[in-house]
Amino acid sequence: MTPAPTVAAQGSLRAARLRARWTVLGVAAVVVAVIAGLVVGPAGIEPVEVVRRLLGVSSTLDTQQIAIVEQIRLPRVVLGLLVGSTLSLCGASYQGVFRNPLADPYLLGAAAGAGLGVTLVIVRAAEGTTTPALAPVAAFVGALGAVALTYALGASGGRRASTASLILAGVAVASFLTAMQTYVQQRNQDTIRQVYTWILGRLSTAGWGEVRLLLPYAVVTWVVLLAHRRVLDVLAVGDDEAATLGVHAARSRLVVIIAASLGTAAAVSVSGLIAFVGIIVPHTVRLLAGQSHRVVLPLSLLFGGAFLCLADLLARTLSSPAEIPIGVVTAFFGAPFFVLVLRSSRRMGATT
Amino acid sequence: MITCEGVSVTLGDRRILDGIDLHVARGEWLSIVGPNGAGKSTLLRYLTGAVNGEGTVHLAGRPFGALTRRERALLIALVPQAPVIPVGMSVVDYVLLGRTPHIRYLGVEGPTDVAAVHDALSHLDLLDFADREVTTLSGGERQRVLIARALAQGSSLVLLDEPTTALDVGHQQQVLELVDELRRAHDLTVVTTMHDLTLAGQYADRLLLLDAGRVVVEGPAAFVLTEENLARFYGARVRIIHDGGHPVVLPVRERTVNDQPR
Repeated sequence: MTPAPTVAAQGSLRAARLRARWTVLGVAAVVVAVIAGLVVGPAGIEPVEVVRRLLGVSSTLDTQQIAIVEQIRLPRVVLGLLVGSTLSLCGASYQGVFRNPLADPYLLGAAAGAGLGVTLVIVRAAEGTTTPALAPVAAFVGALGAVALTYALGASGGRRASTASLILAGVAVASFLTAMQTYVQQRNQDTIRQVYTWILGRLSTAGWGEVRLLLPYAVVTWVVLLAHRRVLDVLAVGDDEAATLGVHAARSRLVVIIAASLGTAAAVSVSGLIAFVGIIVPHTVRLLAGQSHRVVLPLSLLFGGAFLCLADLLARTLSSPAEIPIGVVTAFFGAPFFVLVLRSSRRMGATT
Repeated sequence: MITCEGVSVTLGDRRILDGIDLHVARGEWLSIVGPNGAGKSTLLRYLTGAVNGEGTVHLAGRPFGALTRRERALLIALVPQAPVIPVGMSVVDYVLLGRTPHIRYLGVEGPTDVAAVHDALSHLDLLDFADREVTTLSGGERQRVLIARALAQGSSLVLLDEPTTALDVGHQQQVLELVDELRRAHDLTVVTTMHDLTLAGQYADRLLLLDAGRVVVEGPAAFVLTEENLARFYGARVRIIHDGGHPVVLPVRERTVNDQPR
């Protein structure tokens, strides 16, 4: 336990920043997940031939098989990357901004609000009074409305919103909105199956439509949240101390919350409610690579994308040709994996 | 360095501070003393901008209200009494937080910031602890880390909220000696709140005795720390002994029935 004074004494202090080793590992995970997502599938295409095609070497794939890889598998892999990265980055940011390890899109009501919005659109679209294309917009409105409500209720107890009151308010808002969503869903028997399928989460996509829809919001969310990585470390000492360090804590917090809610809504509107990604990935990264947001945010982005890509691979191959909802896969494999990481790092004494 | 006139703070319907006037010269050490609930901590919080109130404050000749948060942070550093220490944060990273007002809002630290952190750690003899997690340090080490953060912040006015409360008597002296050395070496102005009156008198140039949100006595330790003042404002039975020009506050116990020889 005695720290070696050598490095510090020589004047080169090791501040928390992303180490090359972890960046390489993260990028490698993404590459592996993408390749696996492209070569494995129910169409009976030779994986080796797909790899040859990817490497630009001549392969025996015919036009139809190339179309399957490039028009069906590739968009789905990219969508998985985008959704997984965004959900886990948003989860990590929520946890940082509320200084609560359990904070995630679900806790604040963002996911429930987005769910209600999308359910309303699905129901009304079946009646012919709106179009399914409005789903993302309804998800944004629902998520931001829910977070605004949570914020207002959490702050109404006093002039200063405390973390605990915010989270309690979030739980209340989430249950209320979920109740409304269930009510709307049950009242409309003809669309109940469609709503269920969406709620359980899916990445099935026809072409690049969903990717194009999500990409701009995802990029904006990523840029804003990653830019706040050091500010989130400052906020970790609490609002009063952050203020004495010259940071307007309430304002920074609001910017991060809005960005994370937008990202969540965008991801939820194309993929449904995929649980666990926003909790498991950031916590695994924290346990293995360090607590600083300068490490946790970029690595959550990389590993979140890779994780969801692989989860989707399992979702579409395990009981092929049928698909398991991806939310089931993330929870089924994610939860035990997380427990494993938690236990092993406890033994190493890395957690407190 | 800092001048306050008519500072009043009301929280809820309670008036915590009631017309405080305060002046601290550059390089001076002022200790704020007073019984529990007198408003000592609120006064420090007011000076950092954490609570709002009435009154005018001038900091380095400029009106407080005209300064941005960042400008205030460049002038005033706070060593909090009960700091929130993020889990898993190393000493380097924690002291680096002190550089926040020097770093662009969305930027990261540069070589000057790392050099400032190195200087602060070396002044406080903390270089060997640089990679340790702050939460694993002892009370005395942790207090030095907090002071290092304030030093790295580079502000010329340092506020310390009860810097000795959680420490044993040896570490209390070490920390206060350290603050005094840094004050002389870096031409710092120091304002502390203190519970221990003897220590307050030994280190501060001047004491300010608060009671019920008002300044009741102000001046050199020998003038403020009298048996009458402590009886009146603390409700304490003490004897004052003079040791090398510093008053020593000695609590005394009146003989009770149990102490009578049988």
